[in-house]
Amino acid sequence: MAFAHEQLERYSRHIILKEVGVRGQRKLLESRVLVVGAGGLGSPAALYLAAAGVGTIGIVDADVVDLSNLQRQILHSTPDVGRAKVESARETLEALNPEVTVQVSRLRLSADNILDRIRDYDFILDGTDNFPAKFLINDACVIARKPFSHAGIIRFQGQMMTYVPGRGPCYRCVFENPPPPDAVPTCSQAGIIGAMGGVIGSLQAMEAVKYLLGIGSLLTGSLLTYDALKAAFRKIPLPARKNCAVCGERPSISAPFDYAQDACVLP
Amino acid sequence: MRLIVAGVEKEYADGLSLTRLIELEKVATPQYVTVSLNDAFVESGAFPDTFPRDGDSVEFLYFMGGGR
Ligand SMILES: [Zn+2]
Repeated sequence: MAFAHEQLERYSRHIILKEVGVRGQRKLLESRVLVVGAGGLGSPAALYLAAAGVGTIGIVDADVVDLSNLQRQILHSTPDVGRAKVESARETLEALNPEVTVQVSRLRLSADNILDRIRDYDFILDGTDNFPAKFLINDACVIARKPFSHAGIIRFQGQMMTYVPGRGPCYRCVFENPPPPDAVPTCSQAGIIGAMGGVIGSLQAMEAVKYLLGIGSLLTGSLLTYDALKAAFRKIPLPARKNCAVCGERPSISAPFDYAQDACVLP
Repeated sequence: MRLIVAGVEKEYADGLSLTRLIELEKVATPQYVTVSLNDAFVESGAFPDTFPRDGDSVEFLYFMGGGR
């Protein structure tokens, strides 16, 4: 398949990179990435993936756009308040790059549907806002052998790691089990500086693009933390946990399961 | 003794347990922090009986739940 003139122009700044080139750009166009959560992290991530020409982008979100989302969730605009986030996301991404296929699912991921949802994707990006969802995505990706980017943001802080099967620890290796509801604050209770989603969500898109292109090194086996007030990034090495319940030597978790939802994510 | 805690090298009293270090460093939500010592996770039940030695590196890993 030869690139049309318009494609060569649209992706020209990629194509002149020796790490990307025509071959790499074609890889991106043939790639499929699932973004879970069209919010603070998912918004910038999905925008950069669409702009980059990732050929198929899945968006999963059950919610509608709320006015309080617009301070950071840049997929959505003021006229979208009250609309399904996945619809607003689809419109924004298709306007940015009509060449991209946007597949939307208006639902909350659960143990019943997650393996079906992730099956057809090459890379999964966790942009959810609660621990049950983060553990669910981790377990499903480990079980289905799918690479994914984990991230969490709160107040002026963010952190992220990348899981690739067979290449280092999973999220459960690090944190083992979700904390009890309300034991640690989440965004809606604690606040979040808007640009934090932009910083960390863009880095998640960067991890996805590097994985798809097979270039550079990923945040496998390390946690990248960002403290905006200190203007400081740190890359903390993460060991694997041999007795990890899902990726360890004798795993006790062989199918995804649901934890009770955090009280604060209920509408 | 010198320890490298969260990337910063500082002087600490000899014989300090991880539990005491967590207090000294004013770790938020100490009951939910993950600790790695020289690139190996320490089970939380072992914090009181784990005594970092001169030159050791300790990292605190925190739950961060937000995203949307
Ligand atoms: Zn694991």
